[in-house]
Amino acid sequence: MTTAGLTDGRTVGQPDRGRRPPVWPSDHSTPIIDVRAYNFWYGGTQALFDLTFTIPRRAVTALIGPSGCGKSTFLRSINRLNELIPRTRHTGDILLEGVSVFSSGTDPVTLRREVGMVFQQPNPFPKTIFDNVAYGPRLNGLAAERDMPERVEVALRRAALWDEVKDRLRTPGTSLSGGQQQRLCIARALANEPEVLLMDEPCSALDPAATQRIEELLVELKQSYSIVIVTHNMQQASRVSDFTGFFYLGCLIEFGDTKQVFTRPGDERTEAYITGRFG
Amino acid sequence: MTVLPLERLAAPDPRRQVLRGVNAGERAYRGILTVLAVLLPLLLVALVSELVASAWPAIRRFGLPFLWTSVWDPVAGVFGAAPMIFGTLASSLIALLLAVPLALGVAIFLTEFAPAWLRQPVAFLVELLAAIPSVVYGLWGIFVLIPFLRAYVVPPLRAALGWTPFFDGVFYGNSLLAGGMILAIMIVPYIAAVSREVLLAVPPSQREAAFGMGATRWEAVWTAVVPYGRAGLIGAVILGLGRALGETMAVTMLIGNRHDIGLSVLQPAYTMAAAIANEFSEATTDLYLSALFEVGLVLFVITVVVNAAARLLIWRVARGTAVGSRAL
Repeated sequence: MTTAGLTDGRTVGQPDRGRRPPVWPSDHSTPIIDVRAYNFWYGGTQALFDLTFTIPRRAVTALIGPSGCGKSTFLRSINRLNELIPRTRHTGDILLEGVSVFSSGTDPVTLRREVGMVFQQPNPFPKTIFDNVAYGPRLNGLAAERDMPERVEVALRRAALWDEVKDRLRTPGTSLSGGQQQRLCIARALANEPEVLLMDEPCSALDPAATQRIEELLVELKQSYSIVIVTHNMQQASRVSDFTGFFYLGCLIEFGDTKQVFTRPGDERTEAYITGRFG
Repeated sequence: MTVLPLERLAAPDPRRQVLRGVNAGERAYRGILTVLAVLLPLLLVALVSELVASAWPAIRRFGLPFLWTSVWDPVAGVFGAAPMIFGTLASSLIALLLAVPLALGVAIFLTEFAPAWLRQPVAFLVELLAAIPSVVYGLWGIFVLIPFLRAYVVPPLRAALGWTPFFDGVFYGNSLLAGGMILAIMIVPYIAAVSREVLLAVPPSQREAAFGMGATRWEAVWTAVVPYGRAGLIGAVILGLGRALGETMAVTMLIGNRHDIGLSVLQPAYTMAAAIANEFSEATTDLYLSALFEVGLVLFVITVVVNAAARLLIWRVARGTAVGSRAL
């Protein structure tokens, strides 16, 4: 399928297949995720077509596009969550830090610790706020129980939730408001200290004020994490993201610097979508 | 009664008619439902009062010690229900100990691990176990379970644990162990079916949250799915316990029917339900009959207490969040 948008000069970092990316660089120039000719099928239905692009490090990358265009499917390919769905398959490859997430040496359990995920609906466990955040470290044995309070506090502070919940860490996470629950889920993901944070429409169930909090949070978090966010909200994509990819019918139509994609899109379908002519 | 005039009346403005709810059919429907809804609690009240009235002579004669004395002598007219209360509780406990791990295992396997083509057939077969008549279980117990226990289960049990009081004495076949095991098999389908429904009702987002944090399948089940459904799962177990406490026929055929309290599960015992079923036809004196009624009353009270405790437990555990809490 077409990847025409990728060849028009607006794309960042076509994968350099000759060299392995260096480990732990700290700027955008070396990608953290490298997608190579990735195809994906649900049973007999192909959902993703020949995706080839790279996702920059320590930045917010927004994936936009109409419903059913494959954004979430792609997001869930990165941490191999799609594998839990029966009768799915893929070809091509996705590299995280230069290593294939599908290689036999990659344990999906370890992978999902490195690649945190925040879902569309806030889904805290019916446990206390503390136990929600401590879930990942306990599960993965990342910290001793006596160090847990500190780890929980750090994660809650990063998720900008600490001040609101520090006096009621023992109350159920489900008792928080929707926006707080979503930040609790972000804190839960951050407690694993992942490299990458995947966010699948994290604000679609939230009111504007809660959405604004999350957006501010994203801008802070990109100092330390590489963030990929799927969103239906184009204002949100243009506000928070550094890079934007436009998906349409399972293809990546265009990928580039957010400003460029929104002001001078290279493909007329992108332009039609962001100006609201369809979608 | 003809509805035609009313319909004609309604014709000009049907919407207002519906809003006011003055349709004759509607009113009749509501009336019938109300009567039925009131009738059921009334039936319960009638049942309890009849039970108390019939048991009254025995209650006056023996008082509270009826609950903890062991003599059951119809000829002398002395009755104490302790062995039956013990037998009922002990056989139900054995049944729960065996059935809960099995039923939860089946439910977890069917919802989380089994391949899709296997889920429905196995679930159907497990639930089919509940459709087998109690007396058939009893026969199966006598001709299959007891010989099996005698040949393969009891000898190793005695070899390993014969020094404890729980596996003491000679095994004749009919025993607390046989009764408890048949009960376990009979309540597995109930616990498994309800547990399966509860686990199916756990939202996929909870599993995804666990997987997304790096949980394996087992970890996701034990740290996210089961805790989310814990109220419903407790409810499932209590439902099974309720069945076990009241089950009569199969237990009567297997438990040995001896008025005795012994710690050894290899010895015969008695349950309240079995005593009522066995002795009702031969209860020749009024006091004997009354004592059996009192046994029935005690069984009823125990069942009510168990269910009330279960609700309390579910209410405390769930705090109105987890699935299944509303169904119970």
